[in-house]
Amino acid sequence: MSVAGQPGHPLKVAIVGAGPAGFYAAEALLACGLEVEIDLLERLPVPYGLVRFGVAPDHFKLKSVSAVFARIAQDARLRCFGNVALGRDVSVPELGALYHAVVVATGTDSDRRLDIPGESLPGVHAARDFVGWYNGLPDCADLDFDLDCESAVVIGQGNVAIDVCRILASPIERLRRTDIAGHALDALARSRLRHIHLIGRRGPAQAKCTPKELRELGTLPDWQVAVQATDLQLNPASEQELAQPANAQVARNLDILRDFAARPVQDGRRIHLHFLRAPVALYGNERVRSVELAVQTLTGTPGAQQARPTGERTTLDAGLVLRAVGYRGTTLPGLPFDHARGTLPHRDGRIIGDDGQWLSGWYASGWIKRGPSGVIGSNRADSADTVAALLADRPCLQGARSGRDGLHALLARRQCKVVSADGWQAIEQAESERGRQRDKPAEKFVRIPDMLATADSASRPETART
Amino acid sequence: MTHVVTGNCRGCRYTDCVASCPVSCFHANEVRVYINPAVCIDCSACIPACPVGAIVEEFDLPEAERHWLDINAREVERNPVLSSRMAPLPGADARRRELGF
Repeated sequence: MSVAGQPGHPLKVAIVGAGPAGFYAAEALLACGLEVEIDLLERLPVPYGLVRFGVAPDHFKLKSVSAVFARIAQDARLRCFGNVALGRDVSVPELGALYHAVVVATGTDSDRRLDIPGESLPGVHAARDFVGWYNGLPDCADLDFDLDCESAVVIGQGNVAIDVCRILASPIERLRRTDIAGHALDALARSRLRHIHLIGRRGPAQAKCTPKELRELGTLPDWQVAVQATDLQLNPASEQELAQPANAQVARNLDILRDFAARPVQDGRRIHLHFLRAPVALYGNERVRSVELAVQTLTGTPGAQQARPTGERTTLDAGLVLRAVGYRGTTLPGLPFDHARGTLPHRDGRIIGDDGQWLSGWYASGWIKRGPSGVIGSNRADSADTVAALLADRPCLQGARSGRDGLHALLARRQCKVVSADGWQAIEQAESERGRQRDKPAEKFVRIPDMLATADSASRPETART
Repeated sequence: MTHVVTGNCRGCRYTDCVASCPVSCFHANEVRVYINPAVCIDCSACIPACPVGAIVEEFDLPEAERHWLDINAREVERNPVLSSRMAPLPGADARRRELGF
């Protein structure tokens, strides 16, 4: 029997999710030297996952990574199947039977909750939804964020927390020159916010944000970053952490925070960075009014310090609360799930069933594999690892598979409207055109029917391309 | 602005930076790597990836290290792009420990 991957017998791989992890898995497979046939499935009619819907609209340079993905999408050995969702349009057993291997790179489409009283009050949201809203994610297009208040509280100090804070505090004329969703621009232009509080459970030496993100907060016109000097007095264990060469970035954070603390206090709008505080309850009647925080102290050895409550409590006014304490994956029907971690259980990228056995042919990559950590590039290394495992398994990934032809036939039977790479391009071009009329780089479509109609009208002559 | 590979990158060539670069902006010679400032998108993924802390943002580059900007820009012209991980050089771990990492 011929071995899949040899000339005339391509190794047929489906990748589920056209975000960074999916594209980098495709890149690694395309570069492996074997004959491959790769199909990239994406539940939305548009590609790039968190590069389109996560990266903040004012981070143009970071967003330009999409050019790398666009180049990968043009490879003749790869086909894009936009608007095709695993579990909705094709099931796990169906996809597994069509391909030699499937790489699940669906990311994390939910978030961790605070699990404190008052969390379901109106005005309390996942920062993830706020990000999706300003980035034009169709799932979040109908959400409503009340910015007709003076004080917002963001729980968390990671990059999502910093992003939402910066967008809330950015001059509207600056946002107007980005591809931020039109509905978000209108709402932000009416914002009455004067205080944004960022709450961190641990101290400044343990904060998850990067120096660049912190520095950016200090450059927002009309907003001052307020840090309590007493919050910057470190305990001996934190001082030891700081002295390690591997923590150079943390030392830079402290320098930036000390600079913020030393700036003369002015009247006006303020971003407050609070350390060693954990939310314990949210209060309000019709909607959220305040957040109660428990003061924390750090205990433990350097590198392994934990926050413990001191018993002291404080309260902050809050008309808007955004929780940014981590993303979580959600279950896919037919695949195992680690409910504690919010990820797919795996060993070296191979998805592991409840019995501890590998689900032959199934792999995971990106955030659904390792959880929401790292930046875009971390997923490139991660996907390369997963693809290395897949290629090592090639002797077990044999047999006749109908691959692309089989998927096309199945989707045609279900009358699924597949958006190809050409359709993606048509959508992007139409969005650029809409942007030109408003003097923005792009005005994104936020409704799936609009995306489908644009892809459909533009790519009809291309339907022969299979 | 860009990111810059500085003096600690020598004789180990772990290339974790290369594996985590989203735009393949690294070039390598026999002993070390460089960043192409025209390609780098300032994402900082390489900074925590480097086991010897050799990579810094241009903004954080001390005055005494500014010459690395020119060196990186020049060396990418004469060394090939490296887009995936290689095995570290022999003695890499010893050098890492020597540098205090």
